[in-house]
Amino acid sequence: MGDKGVFWLPDAMSTFAGEVDALFWFVFWTSTVLFVAVVAAKLYFMFRYKRRDETSVPDPVHESKLLESAWIVVPTLLVLFVFIWGFDVYLRMNTAPPDAYEITVRGKQWAWEFEYAEGVTTFTEMYVPVGRPVKLVMSSSDVLHSFFVPAFRVKQDLVPNRYSSVWFEATQTGEFQIYCTEYCGTAHSAMLAKVVVVSEEEFASWITEQSQDLPPVELGAQLFAQCALCHAVDGTTKIGPALNGIFGTQQKLTDGTSVLVDEDFILESILNPAIKVAEGFQPIMPAGYSGMTPKQLDGLVAYIKSLK
Amino acid sequence: MSESASGTINYLNHDKSIKSWLLTLDHKRIGIMYLIAVSLAFLAGGILAILVRIELMAPGETIMSADAYNQSFTLHAVLMIFTFIIPAVPAVMGNFVLPLQIGAKDVAFPRLNLASFYIYVLGAVIAMAALLVGRIDGGWTFYTPYSTSVGDGILFVTTGVFVMGFSSILTGLNFIVTVHKMRAPGLTWNRLPLFIWSIYATAIVQVLATPVIGITMLLLFLEKFMHIGIFDPALGGDPVLFQHFFWFYSHPAVYIMILPAFGIISDLMGTFSRHQVSGYKFVALSSVAIAFLGFLVWGHHMFVSGQSATSSVVFSLITYLIGIPTGVKVINWVSTMYRGSVQLKTPMLYAIAFLFTFSIGGFTGIMLGVLAIDIHLHDTYFVVAHFHYVMMGGNVIAALGGLHYWWPKITGKMFNEKLGKIAAGLVFFGFNLTFFPQFIMGAQGMPRRYYDYLPEFQGYHLLSTYGSWVLAAGLFLILGYLLASLINGKKAGLNPWGALTLEWTHTTTPPHPHNFLETPIVTRGAYDFHLAKELFATGEEVSEVVTSTH
Amino acid sequence: MANAHSDHPAHLQHHFVSSEQQFDAAKMGMWLFLVTEILLFSGMFVAYIVYRTWHPEVFAHSAELLDPFMGGLNTIVLLASSFTVALGIHYAQKDNKKGLVINLILTFLFALTFLVVKYFEYTAKFEHGVFPGAAFDPHGVSHGVDYALYNIPYARQFFSIYFVMTGIHGFHVLVGMGLFTWITIRALKGEFSSAYYTPVENCGLYWHLVDIIWIFLFPLLYLI
Repeated sequence: MGDKGVFWLPDAMSTFAGEVDALFWFVFWTSTVLFVAVVAAKLYFMFRYKRRDETSVPDPVHESKLLESAWIVVPTLLVLFVFIWGFDVYLRMNTAPPDAYEITVRGKQWAWEFEYAEGVTTFTEMYVPVGRPVKLVMSSSDVLHSFFVPAFRVKQDLVPNRYSSVWFEATQTGEFQIYCTEYCGTAHSAMLAKVVVVSEEEFASWITEQSQDLPPVELGAQLFAQCALCHAVDGTTKIGPALNGIFGTQQKLTDGTSVLVDEDFILESILNPAIKVAEGFQPIMPAGYSGMTPKQLDGLVAYIKSLK
Repeated sequence: MSESASGTINYLNHDKSIKSWLLTLDHKRIGIMYLIAVSLAFLAGGILAILVRIELMAPGETIMSADAYNQSFTLHAVLMIFTFIIPAVPAVMGNFVLPLQIGAKDVAFPRLNLASFYIYVLGAVIAMAALLVGRIDGGWTFYTPYSTSVGDGILFVTTGVFVMGFSSILTGLNFIVTVHKMRAPGLTWNRLPLFIWSIYATAIVQVLATPVIGITMLLLFLEKFMHIGIFDPALGGDPVLFQHFFWFYSHPAVYIMILPAFGIISDLMGTFSRHQVSGYKFVALSSVAIAFLGFLVWGHHMFVSGQSATSSVVFSLITYLIGIPTGVKVINWVSTMYRGSVQLKTPMLYAIAFLFTFSIGGFTGIMLGVLAIDIHLHDTYFVVAHFHYVMMGGNVIAALGGLHYWWPKITGKMFNEKLGKIAAGLVFFGFNLTFFPQFIMGAQGMPRRYYDYLPEFQGYHLLSTYGSWVLAAGLFLILGYLLASLINGKKAGLNPWGALTLEWTHTTTPPHPHNFLETPIVTRGAYDFHLAKELFATGEEVSEVVTSTH
Repeated sequence: MANAHSDHPAHLQHHFVSSEQQFDAAKMGMWLFLVTEILLFSGMFVAYIVYRTWHPEVFAHSAELLDPFMGGLNTIVLLASSFTVALGIHYAQKDNKKGLVINLILTFLFALTFLVVKYFEYTAKFEHGVFPGAAFDPHGVSHGVDYALYNIPYARQFFSIYFVMTGIHGFHVLVGMGLFTWITIRALKGEFSSAYYTPVENCGLYWHLVDIIWIFLFPLLYLI
């Protein structure tokens, strides 16, 4: 099967990914050997002992105690071996080094939010330095989500009102896919993001650059990444209505009335999305965005206002 | 349903009115009513599966919206699990075969048996009503708080599952008592057919586990209906507690789904190898052991949920302990053929296919039980493929084998053997084509329950969808020739497969309304073919009912 | 049904070989059913234990709102009814129809008393906004108890568990009353004797279970 790394598992990009893979391949090949043996025995018996005479009634086979114990004892030893191995790797995956760099992760329908200690928040990309342990402290603001990076072999559920954590140490720079793997509603499959692994120096300069105060419209543009899943800015209809060129217009609502799109309406729609719903759309926008700071809200309103 | 040629009375022809069917207390007729009901459920769930597969042929929207897709896969799972696979083998074949195989005139509580059937129908109708009243999505696991945050459909589904739970409990209770109290003279535990052993083990799980899903569904209903705050984190409840409650039932429920399949395979292997099933006692008792151990592994569904690392380790260890007896059973089935006299009729083909597909399901189960590996594979298509290999590759393939095996006894007609073999091939090929690619894309990271996906996975999804069409073709072919056999099938003899269990040796085809004219007296084990050589001495099919005095 | 046995008693169903087999089967079925009942309640007990472990002080505090006198009274009522139902079975075995009927009626009346007491307990709670679920909003003062003091986090969980557990139990008492009505009528018709009293025995078993569950509910909810 050629380059097995590509065929079954994605390339291993974290320190313990290699260990997980070694375990995977051990179980995989042991299973394959046993499976082939079972199938071969089955096919051989099928043809070797095929009924040729309708009157034949074979006598029972005297059962060999030795053979029977063997196929209980050998698999037991095998699985115990695998269990202990898996337990060992699992413990290390569970224990973050004390000096790990911490990032707070918040999952919400249907976006990720990555908060850095330096006061930086990102949405679609999580920057991490290469070769340094990173610990994610995670929680959810609505339903269950799960943080999954195949390249790092890490996965952990995000639970409301509870913190869970996961850690990894990236071994190479590059961009790796983040999935949500706990079903969370309409746009579950679009709740994606990327881990961007960069060198220590790049990471340091990225953090400094990000923590500068941005003008409101730019801050809003950055925040809008989490809205872009459902709201287009080029006039196309996604899960929600497009938001360009709507400022100052009259918006028809599902209850038949119309409303003027001004700053107050935009703010209200972010904080209490279910109250006024645009005609032709379902009231499915989560209220989870009300957790933003006033400054962030101002930025977002300014950005939406600026869209032509 | 024509009269049998000799004009003897049987359970099909003694009274043909609709009322005599709807109000029947005869376990055989109740079994047939279940067969029709679960087949309809299977059809409905299957249509949804085909739609889901078509939607996944390309990334983005293909034939339906994200919401429609999410509801389709949810309903597919709810229908397949609660209305099809849980009742399928126990309620259809258990009902028809169990009293016959133990030499009883009926189950211990025939009225309760009929009540179970109608409770099942009522529950299924309530669950399906969810479709009409509103949204039901989030998968069959109903994880809170998502499940209580969307539409009111959840109220109907939880009620339906709750109601069907009663049906399952009553069936299980009925079977346990029947096996204990109604066996024919001479039918000791050591002589029981392995199908009985496995239905017995299944019944234990049904009785012990189902009340827990009952209370869980009730609490979930109240959570949605009155916000009692047990599972909803916004009110101070705990969603992980819900997962414990749910899996405490739903893992044992996996054994409700697979143990009956073990029984069918044992019977098929013994009969078509004309040989004592290797390791009979082990196969029998390990089913019961698995039934009990099955209650101790629920936490292996929750390795990444936030439960403590210690619990995960313990659950992982016990999961292996269950894996070993299951593996040994597979070896026993294979070695039953060793020095046997193997006849490859259609039912046996399914048993052979089962050994292949179920082994893959089992080995991948071991992989998922390894803590470090499960973290990567959890909630990906690898898991989807694994449980389809166990549920469909295990239970459904075995159930098809059992259906073909008992079809002549049930209907008095033979199906077309040639078409039977072709269909078995289609089902086997289609099944593997559908689900094997899912292992690969799952290991690569494709999450389950995804409406949209990255383009790199499309090749696997396409293979999977094509496979689902082959599989569907095979299943429709089976439906076609089985129905055709009712009209123009060859009349079935007493014992076309040369089996030794009482339903083949001691009663007519189809059976008498009271099963046996004389209570059978059992003098040998279910697979002691060497003690019954006289039955096969002529090489012709046996044409006379064995009487108890010989 | 075709049955040629001349000594075939009326109560014996055709698919059983003997009355003894039928009785054994019915009794075993009943015991299995009781096991499922215990498992149904055990789910609730687990929820109770989990929440009590997480919030012991809230649970201890909330329990003060329940009236141990009413709960105690109901305990005595149920114990008495268990006694009468046992007596009923005893009279059935002795072919004493009058004794059987009187005790069945007494059991029914005790069950009714239990539900009446429960009704007063529930309404006293509802008046002050102590509801299960979203409507939970304790307020007002009565008998020197300030209900507003119970409007604290996780008190909702305590009362949800209280109402669900006692509600399911109360439903079982109601079902028991239906069962006793049914077998009292059959007893009046003279259907039971020392040769056949399986339904009386099984209803008795059921009723003992309902009683035993209350024996656990009472201290867990009211006393500790």
